[in-house]
Amino acid sequence: MKQFLVALLAGALFGAGLAFSGMADPARVQGFLDLFGHWDPTLAFVMGGAMIPMAVAWLIQRRLDKPFADAHFSLPGTSLIDRKLVIGAILFGTGWGISGLCPGPGLADLAINPLPALAFVIALLAGMIMHRVTS
Amino acid sequence: MLSAFPHAMPVEGLIGGLMIGVAAALMLLGLGRIAGVSGLAARATGIADGGAPRGIALAFVIGLPLGALIISSLAGGIETRFPPSIIPLLIGGLLVGYGTRLGSGCTSGHGVCGMSRLSPRSLIATAIFMASGFVTVALMRAGGLL
Repeated sequence: MKQFLVALLAGALFGAGLAFSGMADPARVQGFLDLFGHWDPTLAFVMGGAMIPMAVAWLIQRRLDKPFADAHFSLPGTSLIDRKLVIGAILFGTGWGISGLCPGPGLADLAINPLPALAFVIALLAGMIMHRVTS
Repeated sequence: MLSAFPHAMPVEGLIGGLMIGVAAALMLLGLGRIAGVSGLAARATGIADGGAPRGIALAFVIGLPLGALIISSLAGGIETRFPPSIIPLLIGGLLVGYGTRLGSGCTSGHGVCGMSRLSPRSLIATAIFMASGFVTVALMRAGGLL
C-alpha cells in the first residue's frame, strides 16, 4: 500500500510538472526540435530543472543500502551500448519529431485532451506490442 | 522573458522541470527504481514481463494524467496543440512505442534519470534521439509538412 502511494504521488507530480512546464503541449515540444523554424528552448529548461533534484538524488542513493519504501534498489546497467540502443533511439526520435509526443506527455494528455491523446497512446501501445512479438 | 524567443516559457519550464526531477527522485529513493515512463507503461499494461511490480507501474501511470489534470484545473486549462491530423499521431505513436522498447527508454528514463546519473548508455541514447528528432522536424519543415 505504501509503495502504491509513493508511485501514485510520483506519477502525479511527474504529470503536474509536464503540464506546468508546457511539455504536455505537443507543438511546444516540436518547437524545441524545430531548429530551422521558430525555435522554442523551453524543453532545455525543463531538462535542466529536472537534472537538479535527480543529481542530488543519485548522490544520496550511493550512501543508502536500500530505498526507504522497498527492500532493495532495482537499477539498470549503465554501460551497454549496442545496436538495439542506437536503432531504438533513432526510431523513438523520429516518432517524437513527427508527433511532438513521447510517452509521458501522451499519457498526461489523456486527462486534458483525451481524443488525440488516446489515438497516440493506442498507437504507442501497438508499437510496444509489435516489439514484443518480433523480439 | 527571453527576448530572442518570445514564445519560450523558461520560468515555467524550470519549475515544471524541478517537479519532474523531484518525482523521479521519489521513485529512485522511495522505491529504488527509474521513473521511466515507457518502461512503466509497458509494465502496467502487461506488455513487458520484467521490471517494476505491476501495481507500482500502474499507480505511476494512473498518477500521470491525474497530476496533469490538477494543474490544468488550477490554471483554468492548459494549451495542448496536437497535430491537426490523426496520421502523425498514429505513425509517431508506433515509432515511439517500438523505439522506446527496443532502446530501453525514453525522455524520462534515459533523459532525466540516466543523464543525471551520467550513465554512458543513457547519454548516448539521449544524444541520438534528440538528433533524430531534430533531423525529423527539419525534414518535415523542408518537405512543407510544418
